[in-house]
Amino acid sequence: MIAPGTPVPEFTLRRENGDEFTLEDLKGQTTVLVFYPFAFSPVCTDQLNLYEEVLDEFKARGATLYAVSCDAGWSQTAFREKLGLTIPQLSDFEPKGSASRAFGVYHPGGFPQRALVIIGPDAVIKWSYQAPSPGDLPGANLIFDGLAV
Amino acid sequence: MSELGSAPVPQPAAEDHCRGPAAAPTLIEYADFECPHCAALSLHLAGRPLRRVFRHFPVRSSHPRAWAAACAAEAAGRQGRFWEMHDRLFADQGRLEDPHLWERARTLGLDLERFDSDRRAAHVQARVRRDFESGVRAGVVTTPTVFIGAKMHAGRLESRTLDELSAAAY
Repeated sequence: MIAPGTPVPEFTLRRENGDEFTLEDLKGQTTVLVFYPFAFSPVCTDQLNLYEEVLDEFKARGATLYAVSCDAGWSQTAFREKLGLTIPQLSDFEPKGSASRAFGVYHPGGFPQRALVIIGPDAVIKWSYQAPSPGDLPGANLIFDGLAV
Repeated sequence: MSELGSAPVPQPAAEDHCRGPAAAPTLIEYADFECPHCAALSLHLAGRPLRRVFRHFPVRSSHPRAWAAACAAEAAGRQGRFWEMHDRLFADQGRLEDPHLWERARTLGLDLERFDSDRRAAHVQARVRRDFESGVRAGVVTTPTVFIGAKMHAGRLESRTLDELSAAAY
């Protein structure tokens, strides 16, 4: 996966309202991209629920957290609303997985690896982590460690 | 802003809720009162020769009633009845709304006014949050999660592990 110190490559994701989310949107703020395999799957549910519980702590550190999957935006919104979350979703639906490939986290099974990427305000990768398997849920402590690097 | 970076699970301290023989093997559990697997674990642990340390790990979007239930247990604890409330919450997870919490408090003979004031008080909320944050720092991601020594067991705990641990007490 993409390594710390690497400038963020060109990519295009879609916000829930269909607007583009690109490299330009990363500049000037610290961003945490949470790549997750599938909306509505059990581990992804636990993961986003947990991160939501400490979302204010990410904000307090000046970090904005987004959840990224290859699901369609409508599916992501339904997933987020079902869980009662506020974490904004970014869709890598079409061309499928293109942003996940750009960050080096596309799983051959057709979904993003479970991966975390912290990007500095200069659009350079500050920290990255890929779970040993898509079934492993990285603790929120790892993101806080990454933000403190 | 809380410190939430990685840290070892805190060892049992005076402010923890502990029960069981002091000399028995120690098991630290992170759990919430709306989690069915936590209730099952509690049943499995009952009567075993273990020293149990209970810490709150409510995740509101997973279990919307877990936070209030945790605060209710803490409020009961302020009147010396934490474990009694703990057992009654796990015994009937279908009834975790306010009237059900009041009913449990009444049955336990608690001062209801004090109970209701305490469970909403900032110091009780902070107590629950402190447990939760210690779990986050130790890498807890789901409930129940149990620490036996330095080893973490996430999710359902196998009976065999509990049997081995209990056997070590003799």
